[in-house]
Amino acid sequence: MLEIKNLHASVEGQEILKGLNLIINAGEVHSIMGPNGSGKSTLAQVLAGRDSYEVTEGEIIFEGKNLLELAPEERACEGIFMAFQYPVEIPGVANTHLLREALNSVRKYRGEEPLKHIEFVKFANEKMKIMNMGDNLLKRAVNEGFSGGEKKKNEIFQMQILEPKLAILDETDSGLDIDALKVVSEGVNALRSPERGFLVITHYQRLLDYIVPDFVHVLVDGKIVKTGGKELALELEDKGYGWIEEEKTAANS
Amino acid sequence: MSITLSEKDNGYIEGFAGFKKNAPGSDLDWLQSIREQAIAKFSELGFPTIQDEDWRFTNVAPIARSSFNILENGHDKVSASDLTQFQFEHTEVTELVFINGHYSKELSKDGTLPEGVIVKNLADAIESEQKIVKDNLAKYADFKDEAFTALNTAFMEDGGFVYIPKGIVVETPIHLLYISTDEDTPSITNPRNLIIAEDNSQANVIEHYTSMTDNIYLSNVVTEIVVGENSTIGHYMIELESKKAFNISTLRVQQARSSNIRSHSVLLGGSLVRNNVHPVLAGEGCDSLINGLYMSSHRQHMDNYMKVEHASPHCDSRQLYNGILDGRSRGVFHGRIIVHEDAQKTDAKQTNRNLLLSDTAQIDTKPQLEIYADDVKCTHGATIGQIDENALFYLRSRGISKDNARDIILHAFTNETLESMSVDSVKNYCYKLVTNWFDQRKENQEA
Repeated sequence: MLEIKNLHASVEGQEILKGLNLIINAGEVHSIMGPNGSGKSTLAQVLAGRDSYEVTEGEIIFEGKNLLELAPEERACEGIFMAFQYPVEIPGVANTHLLREALNSVRKYRGEEPLKHIEFVKFANEKMKIMNMGDNLLKRAVNEGFSGGEKKKNEIFQMQILEPKLAILDETDSGLDIDALKVVSEGVNALRSPERGFLVITHYQRLLDYIVPDFVHVLVDGKIVKTGGKELALELEDKGYGWIEEEKTAANS
Repeated sequence: MSITLSEKDNGYIEGFAGFKKNAPGSDLDWLQSIREQAIAKFSELGFPTIQDEDWRFTNVAPIARSSFNILENGHDKVSASDLTQFQFEHTEVTELVFINGHYSKELSKDGTLPEGVIVKNLADAIESEQKIVKDNLAKYADFKDEAFTALNTAFMEDGGFVYIPKGIVVETPIHLLYISTDEDTPSITNPRNLIIAEDNSQANVIEHYTSMTDNIYLSNVVTEIVVGENSTIGHYMIELESKKAFNISTLRVQQARSSNIRSHSVLLGGSLVRNNVHPVLAGEGCDSLINGLYMSSHRQHMDNYMKVEHASPHCDSRQLYNGILDGRSRGVFHGRIIVHEDAQKTDAKQTNRNLLLSDTAQIDTKPQLEIYADDVKCTHGATIGQIDENALFYLRSRGISKDNARDIILHAFTNETLESMSVDSVKNYCYKLVTNWFDQRKENQEA
């Protein structure tokens, strides 16, 4: 589904990703862990198409298409969804308005008819139950005045509405209490399916107790330096990142 | 005989001598005396310059340099079908139409009004409602210190007169529609509106300034609203003047105890526009909502001058002005809040947000708080920026095209100030004006 080859990316002239390789197949859940500044969020932003990140080398193929040639909205329509680490507040735009516009844009791209208002409301209500969200979050302006937990729930709610092929979670667990974390994880797990891939970026192993990954990758200094199963996450939690960095230094010398 | 006003050769004073002889109510001493005082003040004050603190950002030299004719009448140049573009859909209204400042009975229409409510043109009301007019006219709008108010007061001829008796709720909106027609030379009108709401009454009044062409003229407007105890008045100012026109308007609101004013300004037209809004919260427990939206492009200049005066305890005021500036246009927001010594427990809030759509647009925003009481809550905030790139990216990352995402963000910005309008038909009309503005902008960009 997704193939990242030798990806180099910089922001403001500083190289952050330095030759990253990753393959995600449909049905797989991949987790990326790594210390601060290792490039986790940069990877998410590059995949979503943020233009302040410059790809200097390498390629990203998504479902046979060169992802780097697509605008952010085209990527979304192709089936990529990123849950933001810091969801943006948009005063004056109702959450429902955003969701309907988004869903109908994606449907239009696929050559499908837009959903009528009533159909949309029905569809959204079903999803809302999963996320344990109140009606008022739909009517309120996008993320405006939402608590940290509400913002993250809202991200996963949007993901449920848009039903992407590849879901990227950029530190969705950061700052969540255990109750919110459970709701968010349930929302994600409800979407797990053989057709869908996940890239779960996190700083903490705790999330992976709830969203159990097939693969755990460790990102250090812009490269994946170690890959393993879910037990690798536990090891990282236990020992920190220091030993991997040491391993890497030893291997390089 | 046409009268010409100009700063050259004492033109305003000479013009006044000619004007006052045939002005409406010229036989009324009290009225002529007000006019005399006003012209005396105007000649003393002269037009303001940028040395005046209140006019620092707005140079009215183009007005001072011009000479303007006071027109006789222009009714024959407008037909009823010309008006539809300026009317509100699906709503019954009482509508007073003024062509070049003069009331047109033929074009105006009576709505269904509760008994005792009076809506008529001021020139007639001076005679028929002499006591109410005399008790209120020029009692609030300050012609002693403000040059444009003095000019209006000296040369006032006509305008809207609205009287709502005690306890009466007027459900349908009252529309004061001012239209300027094509003339060979620059002209001046001095619309004068007087709105009196007795205790426990309610009404919505819309002032609407438009034109049929692109000619040069000055609309120098003064509106006085006297809001009785526990009354609620909605006031709408829709400024759609011609591209070359000047519009200087002053809204002066006098609020009695527990009264409520909801003022909405939508400024879209004109080359040089100054919007003065001056409520005095004179009684206890008043509420003022002062909202506005200004959208400028090309070389338009739009100045909003707020003077919110808290004169009694326990009053709340909320100001929200949003501006969108494009091209080489320039905007000003000057937000004064004055809290008098006795006005304890004042809760005043002021917000001014601006979006600049071009590198050459400019905005000056200036809060000015003068607080003489010690137990008050006053906040102000101003922002100036471009369209938020993060918001744009967020929407795009959800599959929404860049153009569509921009539209959504811009409309959200304008809706912030429009959504609080309580008369739906007027709100929809304003939504349409805003959408047209954005469409026009796109057309210009594509051209």
